[in-house]
Amino acid sequence: MADDEAREDEHETAPEPVAPDDLPKPDDDVAAALVERFAGSVFDRSHGQPVVYVDRAVFADVARFLHDEQQFTMCVDITATDHLLDGVRYAPPGVATERYEVVANFLSHVRNRRVRVICAVPDSDPSVPSLTGVYPGANFPERETYDFFGIEFVGHPELTRILMPDDWEGHPLRKDYPAARVPVTFKGDPHPR
Amino acid sequence: MNLRDDEAVLEEARLERQTFEGAQELQPRPRTKELVITGGGMWPEDSLDDTMIINMGPQHPSTHGVLRLMMELDSEEVLRVKPVIGYLHTGMEKTGEELTYVQGGTNVTRMDYAAPLSNELVYSMAVERLLDVDVPPRATWMRMMLVELNRMSSHLLFQATNGMDIGAVSMMLYGWREREEVLRFLEYVTGLRMNHNFIRPGGVAADLPDGWQSRALELCDTVERGAREYEELLSQNPIWRERTVGIGIISTDECLARSITGPILRSTGFAWDLRKAQPYLAYDDVDFDVVYGMTGDVFDRYSLRLSEIFESIKIVRQCVERMPAGDYRLQDKKLTPPPRARIDESMEALIHHFKLFTEGFKVPAGETYVAIESPRGEIGCYLVSDGSGKPVRMHIRGPSFYNLQSIEPMGTGSLVADAVAIVSSVDPIMGEVDR
Repeated sequence: MADDEAREDEHETAPEPVAPDDLPKPDDDVAAALVERFAGSVFDRSHGQPVVYVDRAVFADVARFLHDEQQFTMCVDITATDHLLDGVRYAPPGVATERYEVVANFLSHVRNRRVRVICAVPDSDPSVPSLTGVYPGANFPERETYDFFGIEFVGHPELTRILMPDDWEGHPLRKDYPAARVPVTFKGDPHPR
Repeated sequence: MNLRDDEAVLEEARLERQTFEGAQELQPRPRTKELVITGGGMWPEDSLDDTMIINMGPQHPSTHGVLRLMMELDSEEVLRVKPVIGYLHTGMEKTGEELTYVQGGTNVTRMDYAAPLSNELVYSMAVERLLDVDVPPRATWMRMMLVELNRMSSHLLFQATNGMDIGAVSMMLYGWREREEVLRFLEYVTGLRMNHNFIRPGGVAADLPDGWQSRALELCDTVERGAREYEELLSQNPIWRERTVGIGIISTDECLARSITGPILRSTGFAWDLRKAQPYLAYDDVDFDVVYGMTGDVFDRYSLRLSEIFESIKIVRQCVERMPAGDYRLQDKKLTPPPRARIDESMEALIHHFKLFTEGFKVPAGETYVAIESPRGEIGCYLVSDGSGKPVRMHIRGPSFYNLQSIEPMGTGSLVADAVAIVSSVDPIMGEVDR
């Protein structure tokens, strides 16, 4: 694992400090409300879609705020990204980058709009608050994200593997988990896995 | 309790959870109901023996593939139900990171194998959004027509399997009969019956063949005739109604809370369709209705999907009438391959062709989420690029995966036979659930 550690050191670069006034102003009222409520959040318009980067400590609070006060009726999707081996890493100015990003897409049927909330998760402590308390539909996707990335969702009622077998070792969508790591077992293999 | 103990307990619980074999199993629960035997009855002697936990699937004919349901039964009544999935997991999202953007379509098209064109469409739209390009109008309309044809074939498949699950076995044959006609047309246009890889970043793979209009209209008539037959056969059939009306009811609030989209959400009376609400392609130019139900039961979901076939026929007819002329893909040498004839006469075209199919094209660093309405609900693609020729992350939000969360509220309290009808009405495609 020494190799991985070396790569991580290389990967972690201190973000350039950006004065709060230099950050782009949100041109979306939901994002503006989020940035105002949760200090340290950064707004980004990514190909026309409003994105807010928040601190992972307030991840569940952001969901609660969106659900209770901004009429976001559905948590459409939760997933994560592993940026360990990125060539050019996309990150808007003012965002502190970590190895993982947990991404949640919210949809408001009433207001017919979407917002994406992203929080950085470090490799040393891969955990975020669970959204299942606010959106019960986050149950399956959080289990999937835990299964694939090993990111723990604190407060999830039943955080077990969902797609991989229960006794599987490792988290396959991490970038330091190479494809074809487990050899294919053929019928009649004298040494089955 | 001091903090340290608390942490130790948490850590222990976490370890136990991670190492416990069979962590997904339905665990026994504490008994709350004490059985009181009155009179001189002979049964039951052991109060712990009154319920049992059984498996339905993964090898069960009515589970649409390899879905496993763990159910706790009190004689015929389902007390708890829990779907266990992952039996068809093939690591497609991992594979997607190993493939170039040109090859990616062959991967995603195999996820929802009943509606492969929706998968290709959402993937291609995500790549195009990262590239900030727009496809020509003819490509847009061709995509729309093909996706609607695919919606028809997917709903016909649903009618066939749903009929068989509930006991109307003749539906199986009728549904397959019309679906075969749709697949034949798709083969005529794309070259393959399923897993087409026809919708690609930058447009579609080929132009429509000569004489497609008359064949498409003929197909619409055939499917319309077939769908009317199903309606006559089932909608007023007393046995069918007995099996479906009032079974597996779910409310709108429950659907929204559990991230359930598509026909299940619409069947509860909530008219939400991304084709109308957030139009993509040319859906705001065509005339069609969003069908929605009233009660959210199995019958509503059946009749809603049947009505959606008629709406899709309407859209396809408008596509035939209004198909614009012009290019069927972007003429960008770096993005789409040159026409076959150019390769013979131009060295440059040959090089572009070679580079495109060996290295693919590079996509600027960025991230995006694109969502469209597939026959099963909102299918989304979250794509992250780092400026290279392969995506860093290619995540598909499969509607069936989320829709399986509806089995628990719908199945609890139902009968075993109705559980089959409920699973069938969710219409899960396990290829997409497990990816």
